[in-house]
Amino acid sequence: MTDKPPSKNTERMDFWLWKLPLGIWLWAPLALFAFFAGLAGYMLTQDKTEFVESAMIGQSLPDFALKPAFDGLPGAARSDLVGGQPRLLNIWASWCLPCIAEAPQLEALHAQGVEIVGIAIRDRPEDVANFLARHGNPYTRIGADDISEVQLAIGSSGVPETFVIDAAGVIRYQHIGDIRESDIPILLAELEKAR
Amino acid sequence: MIAEIGLAALWLAAALAVLQMVSGAFALRSAEGEANPLAIYARPAAVMQALLAGLAFTMLVWAFAVTDLSVKLVAANSHSMKPMIYKLTGTWGNHEGSMLLWVGVLALSGGLIALFERRLPERTMGATLAVQGFVALGFYAFLLLSSNPFERLPVPAVEGSGLNPLLQDIGLAFHPPTLYAGYVGLSVAFSLAMGALLTREVNPTFARVMRPWVLGAWVLLTFGITAGSYWAYYELGWGGWWFWDPVENASLMPWLAATALLHSVAVLAARDALRTWTIMLGVLAFSMSMLGTFLVRSGVLTSVHAFAVDPQRGAFILVLLGLYIGGAFTIFALRAGAVAEGKRFSFSSREGALVFNNVMLSAILAIVLLGTLYPLLTEAFDVRVSVGPPYFNPASAMFAIPMFLVMAVGPLLRWKEDSPRRIRFEVLLLAAILIGVIGLVSFFGQFALLPLLGLGLAAALGVAAFLPLRGRKLTRVPVATWGMVMAHFGIAVSLFGMASEGAFTQERLAAVAPGGSEQVGDFTFTLQSVNPVAGPNWTAIEARIAVSRDGGAPVILTPQARNFWSPAQATSESALLTRWDGQLYAVIGNQAADGRWQIRMWWKPFVTFIWYGGLLIALGGVLAIIGRVRVDMKRRKAVSLGDERRADLEALGVQPGLAE
Amino acid sequence: MIRVLLTFLAALIALPLSAQDTMPPAPYAYNQLDDPALEAQATALMHTLRCLKCQSQSIADSDAPMAGDMRHQVRSRILAGESPAEIRAWLVARYGDYVSYTPTVSASTWPLFAIPVLLILIVAAVLLRRLGRRRADAGDAS
Repeated sequence: MTDKPPSKNTERMDFWLWKLPLGIWLWAPLALFAFFAGLAGYMLTQDKTEFVESAMIGQSLPDFALKPAFDGLPGAARSDLVGGQPRLLNIWASWCLPCIAEAPQLEALHAQGVEIVGIAIRDRPEDVANFLARHGNPYTRIGADDISEVQLAIGSSGVPETFVIDAAGVIRYQHIGDIRESDIPILLAELEKAR
Repeated sequence: MIAEIGLAALWLAAALAVLQMVSGAFALRSAEGEANPLAIYARPAAVMQALLAGLAFTMLVWAFAVTDLSVKLVAANSHSMKPMIYKLTGTWGNHEGSMLLWVGVLALSGGLIALFERRLPERTMGATLAVQGFVALGFYAFLLLSSNPFERLPVPAVEGSGLNPLLQDIGLAFHPPTLYAGYVGLSVAFSLAMGALLTREVNPTFARVMRPWVLGAWVLLTFGITAGSYWAYYELGWGGWWFWDPVENASLMPWLAATALLHSVAVLAARDALRTWTIMLGVLAFSMSMLGTFLVRSGVLTSVHAFAVDPQRGAFILVLLGLYIGGAFTIFALRAGAVAEGKRFSFSSREGALVFNNVMLSAILAIVLLGTLYPLLTEAFDVRVSVGPPYFNPASAMFAIPMFLVMAVGPLLRWKEDSPRRIRFEVLLLAAILIGVIGLVSFFGQFALLPLLGLGLAAALGVAAFLPLRGRKLTRVPVATWGMVMAHFGIAVSLFGMASEGAFTQERLAAVAPGGSEQVGDFTFTLQSVNPVAGPNWTAIEARIAVSRDGGAPVILTPQARNFWSPAQATSESALLTRWDGQLYAVIGNQAADGRWQIRMWWKPFVTFIWYGGLLIALGGVLAIIGRVRVDMKRRKAVSLGDERRADLEALGVQPGLAE
Repeated sequence: MIRVLLTFLAALIALPLSAQDTMPPAPYAYNQLDDPALEAQATALMHTLRCLKCQSQSIADSDAPMAGDMRHQVRSRILAGESPAEIRAWLVARYGDYVSYTPTVSASTWPLFAIPVLLILIVAAVLLRRLGRRRADAGDAS
């Protein structure tokens, strides 16, 4: 074999990617699998997050004005959630079963002087009235959101959800799902923080 | 009694898997040429295991057929009033039953290879059976210890809870069995690859052994995915046929690996090249199957199709994955470097084209894997993202398009070394077709890039599939080559269907009063009436829609909105009108306040070609199997004839070579 | 078992496990826009937005009431002249990246874009390595 000057191809082979030892290719699949197994193992120990959190926390409440959900209380608008003290904004519906479960807790919060503004999602006035008659009425106002417009605007993705709104109209905290007894102190603490 | 027989059979099968594993392992310890006495049990153990697992599965089917309500699984998933076909198919319409099917196919594959495969050296066969037994053992353990299908209720149930209405469909008869036969059948490829790697027998003989098994599993998998896609299309009610859902991807990933594997095995068999690739792909294909099983049953990923959500069972499967995939990748890393370099070939050669094909398919596999697992990664950081068709389509197309381009000309290249100049006529022809079709379609309207490219590629591939036949006497073309032609043509047909559906679908969504008419495409549809109807376990609102094309004779379509009561569920039953050039897809929705009904109609041109193409691909694979088996049998016959002749000549005292 | 059934139920009918509301769907939930070009824009966008109450479906494919309300928002905003990108941004501002199936490059999605690029490099490396080595071998052999 005569001595040949290095061809253009061998010059190209000086590029670092070519010089990677075969070992990298051989061990890469195992390394990738180990990473996946670790990730999967970790995720199996975590509770599955079924719900979608709002990305509007820390943002100002969007402008809205909803008509009354039923005859007994006035409707809700953004202006009703601004000024004075922090309030709870409760997204609910009469056809929502967990809302029945959280009614006593809302009553308890109301009894402690918390102002609760409600938004009823896709509800008929008579159904709203029936629900409140059976499970109590802790609300000062209830707006009727027939096409989930406000619900979408604040980043809520289901019922029931409760938001803490401070005096400046900024969304400070979101509680997803029905309010349990153990959640009452948490909500009260968030209301305090929002002052 | 039935359930106890089934359970006992399952335990016995597990015990035999141990025997198979141990006996096969002893085969590894034997020196070359000499057989270890303990190794002889592997084959019979594998066959017995298959029979017992089959018995266990039959017992479960029986329990469902007679609706034995003392068995917990039957009570939870069946109902005495269900039609018999759904009672039977309901056997695998749940986690435990489908897992038993999984294990049954695993055992059956092991038994088949033990029974029929004689071409491998005994050491390699022993190693293969040992690996197969080892894998089976883990899944037997999973089944027996955490997902016992034969568990009894202390008090037999009064009535079953019924089966999910969406599963009371003929699709359940086709999709799971073929799908499982496919991707669990890939376990044979996995075991063979490991066996060859452990005994350092990576060579063309091994490739010829592996090939029919890979092809067989791949054909079934292709059919299973095609069936699943069509089932989802007409059952779920919104006309989509692929959503890149994690469960769908779980079936696609083994398919991608298996497709790359079957091409790689062909190269290894014909040219003794791509050794490491073939081993890696053999391991990867079944690893993807196992990964898919984990994803679908553990609940770590959100999916429309997920049918078991149990983190504890998921943890069990993850341990099995660590054992098998981790073990296989470790052995690969340790041993594959010692696999001798295969024969050389130039880049512009058939091997080169197939290397390109392998690399592209692997890249697409990596993309699908990334997109599927990415939400899992972000959730670990409490961030939720969604990865769907808008990501998968362009990302996979990035690699699929070059792959299709090379696929068009690859089969035309010669082995080892060829020059592109030799096929420049064909290349120019295909380029002309590609550009011509794209130009023509663009002339008629504005379409998105990917469907447009798809149409052009489909046309070019359709022609390219037949080009290898040019200049050959068609009656003398090997059957296996016809298989390749048909499979590649099937890809073109499928691609055409996909692109056509993407580019030309028209949708009409309207509130129609009875007597009212609307238009979609060339079709005029009139809502004649909406009536309540009842079925064996459901009531429904049925719309009678008269559809006529360009003023032709009307055809009646009857989409329904059904309500089942056990379990309570609402489904939408679409009505399909199939013509040669597409399908009309009708769905009825809710009634508006003013009494008008929501009718949703799609005209999907050539959508059926997607599944016809899938069937063609599977059929091509079948032809390839037949062709190869015939060639191998002829070769075996020729070899044995040659040996006979040599023996005869030696007996006559004549040197064989001199006698020629 | 019950959990399995319930999950399947919830997944496939995409309705809350609680009772269903009785109000009619939003005006544009099941009505197309009159202008075909705008409707095509809206439909394309809807296929890339995720239904929040479903296991994994776009709002175009789901019959859940909330999906209908989201479709109403999309269509009415398109009609009002907003661009699809603006509507998507509006929804992402409310629900995060989860609501959009079209990933945009952000702190939480950059690997989705980086890794395919890396793949292209690796693919090129593998192929060129083969080509380089083979040509060099062919050159030596001559």
